[in-house]
Amino acid sequence: MSEPALIPILSDEEVREIEEECAHLPDRKSAAIDAMMIVQRHRGWVSDESLGAIAHLLGMSAENLDSIATFYNLIFRKPVGRHVVMVCDSVSCYVMGADSLRKRIEAHLGISLGQTTGDGRFTLLPIVCLGACDKAPTMMIGDELIENVDAEQLDDIFGRFE
Amino acid sequence: MASGERPMIGVIDDVGGLVDLAAYESHEGYAGARQALSAMTPSEVIALVKDANLRGRGGAGFPTGLKWSFVPQGDASDGGLKYLVCNGDEMEPGTFKDRYLLEYNPHLLVEGMIIGAYAIGAAQGYVFLRGEYHEPYRQLQKAIDDAKAKGYLGQSIFGSGFDFDLRIHRSAGRYICGEETALLNALEGKRAQPRTKPPFPPASGAWGRPTIVNNVETFCNVPSILRNGVEWYQELGLGDDAGTKLYGVSGRVNKPGLWELPIGTPIREIIDVHAGGMQDGYKLRGLLPGGASTDFLVEQHFDLAMDYGTIQAAGSRMGTGTMILMDDSICPVDMCRNLEHFFAQESCGFCTPCREGLPWVERLLTDIEEGRGKPGDLELLDRNAQFIGGVTNTFCLHAPGAIEPLASALEYFREDFEEHIRTGECRYGTNR
Ligand SMILES: Cc1cc2nc3c(=O)[nH]c(=O)nc-3n(C[C@H](O)[C@H](O)[C@H](O)COP(=O)(O)O)c2cc1C
Ligand code: SF4
Ligand code: FES
Repeated sequence: MSEPALIPILSDEEVREIEEECAHLPDRKSAAIDAMMIVQRHRGWVSDESLGAIAHLLGMSAENLDSIATFYNLIFRKPVGRHVVMVCDSVSCYVMGADSLRKRIEAHLGISLGQTTGDGRFTLLPIVCLGACDKAPTMMIGDELIENVDAEQLDDIFGRFE
Repeated sequence: MASGERPMIGVIDDVGGLVDLAAYESHEGYAGARQALSAMTPSEVIALVKDANLRGRGGAGFPTGLKWSFVPQGDASDGGLKYLVCNGDEMEPGTFKDRYLLEYNPHLLVEGMIIGAYAIGAAQGYVFLRGEYHEPYRQLQKAIDDAKAKGYLGQSIFGSGFDFDLRIHRSAGRYICGEETALLNALEGKRAQPRTKPPFPPASGAWGRPTIVNNVETFCNVPSILRNGVEWYQELGLGDDAGTKLYGVSGRVNKPGLWELPIGTPIREIIDVHAGGMQDGYKLRGLLPGGASTDFLVEQHFDLAMDYGTIQAAGSRMGTGTMILMDDSICPVDMCRNLEHFFAQESCGFCTPCREGLPWVERLLTDIEEGRGKPGDLELLDRNAQFIGGVTNTFCLHAPGAIEPLASALEYFREDFEEHIRTGECRYGTNR
């Protein structure tokens, strides 16, 4: 594939948002993380094709960009479900029963950490402290922080996310 | 307290939630920035913050005014670019104070940063914000937009001729991004590996320019110092330290939460009065005073004042001031396993003691907890703790911080570790 053909992989909207970040930074490479997060917001994850296109747009190698992508835990290099479920496994939630909550969630969704439900609805991941330790245990579904998670209410909680 | 004053979060209770621009201004909002920019020189602002004895609230307690004074004054010969950065990464387990400030009183941070930027002569500021902080992001972005619309950010703020622009960088995650030089690499779009020091950021930081990095809560202390002066600020504190502090309690208490109290409030008062004491049936055995990377404190320490000097003298650190309680239903070995799992996972991988040592420690703890401990394991843990904890053995303070809770647990709860190895069982039945 010739290089310029890589760019059309990104939508005009994505390119516009990435250029807006570049405009506020001393050099284009500095937008690497922002650019991947922008594409991920549009597509759910960063595929090899997306990665190559972003690298091209920013004037860096795909290998270099991938070494950045894989450093960060919120950049997904594999497809994820429609809703990413992140269960806090840090110490305050642990004290308040996060281990058994996680097991209940795994049983409820029928998947283990790192997996996606068969219908593509949920991907389950561990996350470190979500900054709501006084309302432990906590989890996040998509953008939504859920506090004082009650293992008896999982039907209701997950039912809200199609 | 001095007069029950709560300059950081009192207004949130007054208005019953989010403090928007109108509410903020009706509570003397932006008066501190106006005062600084229209009536003071940058060096006067730095001197004021120095005299107030404000110490960084990000964990290390470094004097803020002194840090600001390390930045070369005036316009540097090569264009004069300097940066002011707010550390809003807040990934230290057990810490939930910056999120509250960002989400409910975002203009306080914006105002604190305007004052800081004026003091060091920075035209560009960044808030480095944790990626999972969606609601804080929305509120802070709105506050920045509203402040811009009013002319509080942008060109010639308050007609002073001083320009300052503020943007948010949303992080893509990793605890090490909170270490200030790793944060600068992340801000530059790179892997968040810590940098060699020196040079320190005030000399060479973001994109090689003089840069100041301060915690969210640190900036939030600044506006009221400008408004009310040094004496007022110092009288807010109970002991040697000045001002108020956001203290938090998580664990098996009746009312876990967050409070703004005079810095130096005794631990027992925070737990018994503000957090409503332990829940029925649970007894307090130990606590981490300021996040996961601080040493355990036990019964003999509970009457101590929560300030930098006192907690340090007791062998720990005040850290972030948000304490995590270990009650008598929690196995100390298993709690350490949880903590070391976090630190092993979050190592940036650059140096061997941290990259290899922390997972080794985690495996040893898992073995002991699950009944596979062997004679000699504790001595092995002791040696590892000493080696990994040696501040000159690793490139940054991640590894020494990681070892603090374990080293102190090996001291205070040693009989629990020994019993696991002797009997091959955990009497708490956790992690089964
Ligand atoms: C591993 C590690 C993680 C850190 N995480 C944070 C953090 O999330 N937020 C923060 O303000 N400081 C954090 N710090 C401390 C910063 O390096 C720096 O000291 C602080 O942001 C300075 O701000 P202050 O002077 O206002 O306290 C961390 C330090 C280390 C070693
Ligand atoms: S101590 Fe750990 S986190 Fe810090 S530089 Fe070394 S490997 Fe990275
Ligand atoms: S430890 Fe789970 S939210 Fe802080």
